[in-house]
Amino acid sequence: MAEKKSLFKEFSKGIVIENPVLRLVLGTCPTLATTTSVRSALGMGLAASIVLVCSNIVISALRKVIPSKVRIPAYIVVIAAFVTIVQMLVKAFTPELDEQLGVYLPLIVVNCIILGRAEAFAGKNPVLASAVDGLGMGVGFTAALFLMGTVREVLGAGSFLGMSIPVLSQNPMLIFILPPGGFFVFGMLMACVNRLAEHRGKPRAELRGCEACPMAATCKLHSEETPAEPQEKEATA
Amino acid sequence: MEMTKGLVAILLTAILTQNFVLSKFLGICPFLGVSKKLNTAVGMSAAVIFVMALSTAVTYPINLFLESKDLAYLQTIVFILVIAALVQLVEIILKKYIPALYSALGIYLPLITTNCAVLGVVILNVDNGYGFAQSMFNSVGAGLGFMLAMVMFAGVRERMESCDIPKFMRGLPITLVAASLVSVSFLGFTGIVENIFG
Repeated sequence: MAEKKSLFKEFSKGIVIENPVLRLVLGTCPTLATTTSVRSALGMGLAASIVLVCSNIVISALRKVIPSKVRIPAYIVVIAAFVTIVQMLVKAFTPELDEQLGVYLPLIVVNCIILGRAEAFAGKNPVLASAVDGLGMGVGFTAALFLMGTVREVLGAGSFLGMSIPVLSQNPMLIFILPPGGFFVFGMLMACVNRLAEHRGKPRAELRGCEACPMAATCKLHSEETPAEPQEKEATA
Repeated sequence: MEMTKGLVAILLTAILTQNFVLSKFLGICPFLGVSKKLNTAVGMSAAVIFVMALSTAVTYPINLFLESKDLAYLQTIVFILVIAALVQLVEIILKKYIPALYSALGIYLPLITTNCAVLGVVILNVDNGYGFAQSMFNSVGAGLGFMLAMVMFAGVRERMESCDIPKFMRGLPITLVAASLVSVSFLGFTGIVENIFG
């Protein structure tokens, strides 16, 4: 029973408390780029979730075989293999989605969420827990993209999932589906989430840049920037 | 003449109208993360230009080989490995032979391996069916566009440091809204390349 409870915890943390997009601020590129419509946002979320779950399973199954020195390249190969499979499936079964996602579909390889989960969780935990963790993170990612996509499509195109909404579709605010709208909606969403988090006494979501980056361990910029952080915080406070 | 015109058009499109960061959303992580100070922004973008040009030059023949063997579906996996290996190699070579350049760019190189902008430009070159010269111009243009966006945004952020911002907007939200405004300014370039080069 205790084990079941902890598995549920692994699953649910990815949806709200550690939502990859809104709390950990990872995977911002697809979040901004593919949320021009609800359909492409959901497609991106699903594709990334499939890759996330599969690669988490394989990486955690291989965690004792992969030498820690070459683990990052090894993880990248596993992830790239699954991305290729997903890419072929999308091309074969939903060619219109492939057209909408375009270059962002192969770019799931460099999505920080996937490499980040491999490094932070799957490389250290058993297979079942890793699969559940990947599923939770995937659902959280998809939910965040769905939220962004809904706001942008409703305001920017006056429709939802391609169905036009009576009043809004008369004068849609085009700017919301253009690139600036992406930045703006994401900024506002982050402001709301930060406000909610503060109400509950949780820390605000910040761009942690280096700490969240899976390459942090191998990167010298990280060790150089860390001492500078406290000074800046004093200046803003 | 026609050829150079086309190449310049590709370069300008990549820098202005189809700016990698502000209209294609590639390389957002370094854009938001490393743009706090002007000199880090310049260093990072110089490294990005360098790696983009180099990886395009290396992946172009590899892609020709893959296509001739009917292995085009391996592009993603091959490209990311080639770029990762290339970055490592460049780091080692710079460290040994050109330490001055290494101390300027070296620290940014590992970051770039998993940067979506580099893989993105390589894949876009293939998707658009560009030849070698076109690919190189597109990559350098994308890199320059990245640098332009980074430098502009670093300037904006330096000014924002001293602003009185509402509490709930502080930190990431206001940064994103500022990025949105910088992006609006780039919308002004829409159509300019088509008008010049018809």
